[in-house]
Amino acid sequence: MSEKVILAGLGGQGMMLLGRLIAQALMLEGKNVTFYPSYGTEVRGGTAYYHLTVSEEEIFSPVIEEADTLIMMNLPSYLKFKGFLKPDSMLFLNSSMIDKIENEMNIDVYRIPATKIANNIGNVVASNMVMLGAYNEVKNLVSIPVFLSCLKNVLKGRKEPFYEVNKLAIERGAEFVRKY
Amino acid sequence: MEAIYKTPKTLIDTPTHYCPGCGHGIVQRLIAEIIDEMDIRGKTIGLAPVGCAVLAYNYLDIDMCEAAHGRPPSVATGIKRVHPEKIVFSYQGDGDLAAIGTAEIIHTANRGENITVIFVNNAVYGMTNGQMAPTTLINQKTLTTPHGRSEKNDGYPLRVCEILSVIDGSRFIARTSITSPKNIIKTKQLLEKGFKTQIQEKGFSLIEILSPCPVYWRMSSVESLKFIDKEMSTTFPLGIFKDWESRN
Amino acid sequence: MTSTEKNKKYLLTGNEACAEAAIQAGCRFYYGYPITPQNEILTHMAIRMPQVGGTFIQVESELAAINMVYGSAAAGARTMTSSSGPGISLKQEGISYLAGSELPCVIVNIQRGGPGLGDISPSQADYFQAVKGGGHGDYHTIVLAPGSVQETADLVFDAFDLADCYRNPVMILSDAQLGQMMEPVVFNKKCKPNLYKKDWALTGADGRKRNIIKSFYPVKGELEKFNAKLQKKYRQIKAEEVRYEEINIENADIVIVAYGTCARICKEFLKKGQSLNVKVGLIRPITLWPFPADIIQKVSERVQAILTVEMSAGQMVEDVRLSVSGRCPVHFYGRTGGGIPTPKEILKKISEIVSVREKVTCTT
Ligand SMILES: Cc1ncc(C[n+]2csc(CCOP(=O)(O)OP(=O)(O)O)c2C)c(N)n1
Ligand code: SF4
Ligand SMILES: [Mg+2]
Repeated sequence: MSEKVILAGLGGQGMMLLGRLIAQALMLEGKNVTFYPSYGTEVRGGTAYYHLTVSEEEIFSPVIEEADTLIMMNLPSYLKFKGFLKPDSMLFLNSSMIDKIENEMNIDVYRIPATKIANNIGNVVASNMVMLGAYNEVKNLVSIPVFLSCLKNVLKGRKEPFYEVNKLAIERGAEFVRKY
Repeated sequence: MEAIYKTPKTLIDTPTHYCPGCGHGIVQRLIAEIIDEMDIRGKTIGLAPVGCAVLAYNYLDIDMCEAAHGRPPSVATGIKRVHPEKIVFSYQGDGDLAAIGTAEIIHTANRGENITVIFVNNAVYGMTNGQMAPTTLINQKTLTTPHGRSEKNDGYPLRVCEILSVIDGSRFIARTSITSPKNIIKTKQLLEKGFKTQIQEKGFSLIEILSPCPVYWRMSSVESLKFIDKEMSTTFPLGIFKDWESRN
Repeated sequence: MTSTEKNKKYLLTGNEACAEAAIQAGCRFYYGYPITPQNEILTHMAIRMPQVGGTFIQVESELAAINMVYGSAAAGARTMTSSSGPGISLKQEGISYLAGSELPCVIVNIQRGGPGLGDISPSQADYFQAVKGGGHGDYHTIVLAPGSVQETADLVFDAFDLADCYRNPVMILSDAQLGQMMEPVVFNKKCKPNLYKKDWALTGADGRKRNIIKSFYPVKGELEKFNAKLQKKYRQIKAEEVRYEEINIENADIVIVAYGTCARICKEFLKKGQSLNVKVGLIRPITLWPFPADIIQKVSERVQAILTVEMSAGQMVEDVRLSVSGRCPVHFYGRTGGGIPTPKEILKKISEIVSVREKVTCTT
C-alpha cells in the first residue's frame, strides 16, 4: 500500500490538522508516513499545502511529484495543484467553494459540500473533518475510532469542547459519500 | 599598620603587565580584597574581557573565563544559569561594554540577570593602542580622533549608568572613580554593594569606575587623576543611579 | 508533549524531534533567537525546559545565544543553540571561541537558501561554513548530517556524547525540509550526560586549584603548542568517528555521493531499482567532518565515475574531488536558491554521464 496525498486550502481551513490526523492514524496502524507542510511566509494569507506520503515501505522524498489523491478546499488550491494529477488519481473537492472544473483526464472526482455540511452542524471550521470522513470512507484507510482517538488527543485541553462537532463532521462526510 | 599592605590571598603575586599609573591593577586588587573579606573565593567565577584586562586571570586566583570582545554579559548569563548559587561577575572595558557589547549589556540588565558587572571606563581603547572609545570625551585626542572627538563626526560620550538605570531589570547602578584614597575606599564599598546585591539575589548590578590610562591619554599619572576629577567626572558624574535599598 | 515514553512512536517535525532529543540527552540550557525554518525548536524548548527544570532564554541576538552556550558549557552543563543561515553566520565568532577554549556544545543549523537573507526553503549551501571552519583560526567542528526525522533525534544524542568526549563543538547540519517535515520518531537512545568527567569546568575553586577557560595564548610558542594539541585531537576524530551509509556500491559503475535531503532523493530511485542501463550506488556521508574520504577513495579506484548531488552550487564536491584525486571523473549536479533536485533530473544527469562515457570508449 502506498498513498501520496496533497492537501491544500486557505490558511485557517484546518488542512494542517487534517493531514496530521491522517498521518498519525496511519502511523498507529504501523505504516511509514512523512508529512511535509508548507511553512513561513507562503502560508500567510495564501494557500497552505501539505504533502502526505504513506507507505508500507521506506519513504524517500517527502515531496510529491505525482499525487494519488488531491484534497482541495478552495479554487486557488485546485488550480495550483491540478498539474500533480495522473489518470488514476482521485480528487476530493470542497464543492461549497469550488463549483466547476474541467476534468480533462476524466479522473474520479468527489464533490463534497464540506463548508455547507459543516455549517449545517453548527461549525464552519469543521469542514476539514467532513473531508476527512469522506476521504476515509472512499479509501477505507482506518477505522473511525482510530481517527477519533487521535482527534481526542489533538484537541486535549483548551479545544476539548470542539471534539463532538468534529466527530459529527467526520460522520457526516462519510455518510455523504456513502450515498454518492 | 602591617595588615593594610598585605597582599590579598586571592591576588596572585606576579609581575603586572599593566602600565605604570593604570587603573586596572587597583580595581583588580580591590576585587581580590573583597573576595577575601567576604570569604567567597571558592564560589566566585569571573569573566575576563578582551581589552587590557584580558589577563585578569593572571592576577585573580579564582575560576575564570575569557569571553569574546563584548560578550562577557552573555557568557556570565550562561554560567550563572548553570550555577545560580555561585557569584558571577564580569569585568569589562568601555570598548567591550559600551561599543561592541552594547546589546549584550542592555539585555542582560533588562533580564535582571543576577550578576555583577565591573565596568572600567578609561575613555580609550587601551589594548589596541589608544583609539577612540564610546566614552571618549568631546575634544579628547586619540589615535582615531587626532583633532579631538567631534560631536559632528563621532557623536557623544555614552553614559552607561544613566542608560542602564532606566532599565527595569537593573537593581544597583553606580559610578565611582579611583583618583584618591577616599575615592578608592568609596569604590570598594560600591563593589561590595554590587556583590551583596547578587548574594541577596536582588538582580543586576553594575559599578562603573572612571580609571586612568596615562599612556594613551599622553599624561603623567598625576595629570591623569586630575583629568578624571576635572574633566571626566563632568561628563560622567559620580554617584548612585539606582539602588534597590533606597526608594527612588 | 510533556514527557516521552520509550519505544512509543511520536509524529513530530524534524525540529521538534531535535529539541526533544536534546532534552532527552540531558541538555538543560538552550538559548535561541527566532528564524524560520527552525522556530519549532524554540517553541518546543520554551514548553519543555521549564518542565524538566531547565533554562530556555529567547535572547536578543544569535551572538548572545552562542555566548550563553559558551558560558553554560564552561560551567560544565550540556547546552545547545539552533538557528539558520543568517543566524549561524553571527554565531561563527562564538563557535571559533568554543573550539579554541575546547568547550563541548551542540549547534543546530536548519539550512535555508542564501546568500544574504536568501529565502526559507531547503538548502545545503552552508556546507563550506560548517566543515571548513566558518569562524577564524585552525579549528574544526564535528558536523553530523541527518537524513530523516528519526536520524535527527538519534544524531542529537550522539552529538552531545561526541562533544563531551572530545571537548569540541558539534554541529547538526540539517535543512528546512528535514526540519519542517513530520515523521514517526522514537526516543530510544540513552542519556549519558555524566559519561565524561568535566573536572575542567568552572564551578568555583572551592578546595581545588582554580580552573581557567581561555583561548588567548600571548606568550610566544604557546599558541603553536596549543594548535598542535588541537590538531592531534582532530586526527583522532578523523580516525575514529567517520560515519556513512552505503548502498549497492560493490558492483556499481557509478557511485553517487550525497547527504541529507539529497541522499533521500537519490534513494528514491536506487531502492526502487529504476531501469537504468548502469549500476548505480550511493555513499551518504553522515559525518561531513570528519569526511568519509577513505571509502570514496576506495570506490574511485574501480568505478567509472562519481556523481555528487547537492542543494548548492558545488561545495561537498570539492571534498569528494580531494578524496578521489583524479582516480576517476567526478561529476556534479546541484540546485541552488531553494531548488531541490528531483529523481528525474538526477537520472538524466546519470544518463548524460553514461552517454559521454560510451562516446569516449567508441572513439578510442
Ligand atoms: C571582534 C573584535 N574586534 C576587535 C578586537 C580588537 N580589540 C581588542 S581590545 C579592543 C578594545 C578594548 O578597549 P576597552 O574595552 O576599552 O578596554 P581597555 O583596553 O581600554 O581596558 C579591541 C578593539 C577584538 N579582539 N575582537
Ligand atoms: S594601555 Fe592604558 S588601560 Fe591598558 S594597561 Fe596601559 S594604562 Fe592600563
Ligand atoms: Mg577602555
